[in-house]
Amino acid sequence: MDTDSLKHGRLKVYLGYAAGVGKTYQMLADAHELVKKGVDVVIGYLEPHGRKDTITQALGLELIPRCKVEYRGSVFEEMNTLAILERHPEVCVVDELPHTNVPGSGHMKRWENVLELLEAGIDVLTTMNIQHLESLNDQVWNMTGVRVRETIPDWVMKQADEVVMVDLTPRALLNRLERGVVYPPEKARQAMQNFFQESTLVALREIALRQTAHEIEIRHVTLPDPTTETPAAMTEIPSVGTSTPSALSDRILVYVTEHPSTALLIRRGRRVADYLQADCFAVFVHGEMDFNSLPVAKREAVERHLSFARNLHIETRVLQGVDIASALSDFARLHSITQMFMVRPQYSPWEGFLGRNLIHRIVRYARDMQVTIVAERRRASRY
Amino acid sequence: MRSDFDRRPDPELLLRQLDAQEDQLQHERLKVFLGYASGVGKSFRMLDEGRRRRARGQDVVIGAMQANMPAELAHLVQTLEVIPLKKIGDGEAMDVEAILRRHPQVCLVDGVAHDNPPGSKNPKRWQDVEELLVAGIIVITSLNLQHIEERREEVERITGKRVTETVPERFLYAANEIVLVDVPPELLLERAGQPSTADPSSADTPRLSALREIALLLAAEVVDKQLEGYLLAHGIEQLWGTHERILVCLTPGSNAPAMIASGRRNADRFHGELFAVYVRHDRLTEKDEAALQAHLAVARLLEAQTEALDGDDPVETLMDFARAHRITQIFVGHSSRDHWWYRFLGGPLDRLIRAAEGIDVRVFPH
Repeated sequence: MDTDSLKHGRLKVYLGYAAGVGKTYQMLADAHELVKKGVDVVIGYLEPHGRKDTITQALGLELIPRCKVEYRGSVFEEMNTLAILERHPEVCVVDELPHTNVPGSGHMKRWENVLELLEAGIDVLTTMNIQHLESLNDQVWNMTGVRVRETIPDWVMKQADEVVMVDLTPRALLNRLERGVVYPPEKARQAMQNFFQESTLVALREIALRQTAHEIEIRHVTLPDPTTETPAAMTEIPSVGTSTPSALSDRILVYVTEHPSTALLIRRGRRVADYLQADCFAVFVHGEMDFNSLPVAKREAVERHLSFARNLHIETRVLQGVDIASALSDFARLHSITQMFMVRPQYSPWEGFLGRNLIHRIVRYARDMQVTIVAERRRASRY
Repeated sequence: MRSDFDRRPDPELLLRQLDAQEDQLQHERLKVFLGYASGVGKSFRMLDEGRRRRARGQDVVIGAMQANMPAELAHLVQTLEVIPLKKIGDGEAMDVEAILRRHPQVCLVDGVAHDNPPGSKNPKRWQDVEELLVAGIIVITSLNLQHIEERREEVERITGKRVTETVPERFLYAANEIVLVDVPPELLLERAGQPSTADPSSADTPRLSALREIALLLAAEVVDKQLEGYLLAHGIEQLWGTHERILVCLTPGSNAPAMIASGRRNADRFHGELFAVYVRHDRLTEKDEAALQAHLAVARLLEAQTEALDGDDPVETLMDFARAHRITQIFVGHSSRDHWWYRFLGGPLDRLIRAAEGIDVRVFPH
């Protein structure tokens, strides 16, 4: 074993597409394997949901007792990070990475506790479901009608040294649910109303498989150099219109406004940037003397969006300019932006297509870059 | 005049829907445990499922098992009824007749890619499996990525090992259920007895990771087809965007080579699909026609699926195609100087953006 006490811990994520696919079970099985090899393993937090198999699987592993946190007259239990740091095992098992802690228990999110353990040189095994990944939040809502509140920024997932997909077919999962293995009957019936519809499970499973492939690719597989990607034959074809500079590396600008769908725009921009391995900026433009002269509601909404972007590790800027289109394209040119992301304009029966002028003006100014208009994902009813 | 959101009932779609509904009725018949290399634990998962099904009262037999297996597998095999292989000449094959006579509910078949010895009824074991399926027996089997015919070359380039026994990919697509058995490469190396393990920088790790990625994406493709079938059978038209599908709209004046190259690059990074289409119309000048043909040549060169669409209204025609193909991003060229579309429509970009419900529109100025 590495004796360097300053080494950073390794993070391993067991990724699933729904509750009950067997993430925790698999993680505990691996923990037992490690113990057999003489590794010092403790359970920092376990959420067995009363599942017999899981509880049995945890037997024989050292458990660090949770700490009690009082909040608004009730007592809650959270992972005792201090006790784990003091005990300082080689490996710590932490179930349910996306969990939000009760206020007053230190960090807001469990993933922040986990980062702390890693910094202290403790390896962490943890579990999460794909629908908790921040950049997939809109898509998941679109598929399930559920707005997942406990999310993990994509960059936290990137901290993982290894991501393993725990797979089970949706039909087998539904059988488990019907047999009462996953949840007690009342909760099972409820679950089948939203997440646990077969089509939803199939879709989430596909997304989880693709995400795992992506996580492997960015860690272990070398991508072709984008500068050599254009096939030689391409150069022989007469180009029509003005030529675009070949994409050396992508740089994405997300245009932030006070509009609520800016959150969707930021998530989409983040996701595309991750796949293209592009830099990403979030930019707000205002025509006031200074940012604080903006109407309160607008300023607060914009501040919320900018801070959301920063939480996703997107660089943010506030620009001043009366002409939004020219301020944006000047900034974009200065920062070699290749692609701008904007929200789809609103339609109103009285005024028609609002904001179309902005799109047209940006397209006119931004000759050498692409402009992507992102539409809200709307939920259609099933029949 | 029809609105943008008007839909016509498409008889072809209705037929596909009926087919999909029929497919959905064929409840679990073939289940495949797919792994990216040997040693990931496919056979174990298969046997373990057999054991659990038996515990739940199902009639389970083993139709074929590998000869020399590790102790933990041998232990599982002992708990189940085994139908012995049949000697044929110097070799052995699964005893299909004996299994059919015994007619269990579930039959476990290991090493589905095996070639049968000369003189057998079927040259391949997967063909034996098809016979069992036709007889109404549920088959659970395990398959290694390298044995899939369509992936063989790609895998051989990575491993440097030649593989002769293969199964066609359609066997996998025909399976009602596939399970990906995923294990990190370091664990695999450790199981294979390679020394120390905590070393993820082992020379084999990148190779195994590359195989692992291929297997995950293959499983995702199979699941995507299942999703498509499911949505079709249930008449769900919603776009779920589980998979990026990019549609490049070609017009004579657009900077198509740049659009197609960018589309290719984006599709590759997302492991998605690329389409390039144009809407036919008969008022093209000779010069425009030539430009369009040049664009199509580029699209084919970069392996986009190309198509010429017919329709009175380009925007509606494009949107119909986009919905039918579950497109997630539309690439269009646009120029304030380009009046090709405006002549007929006025503001086609606005209309396209407005109609593209749930689809990103990426504008390439030119």
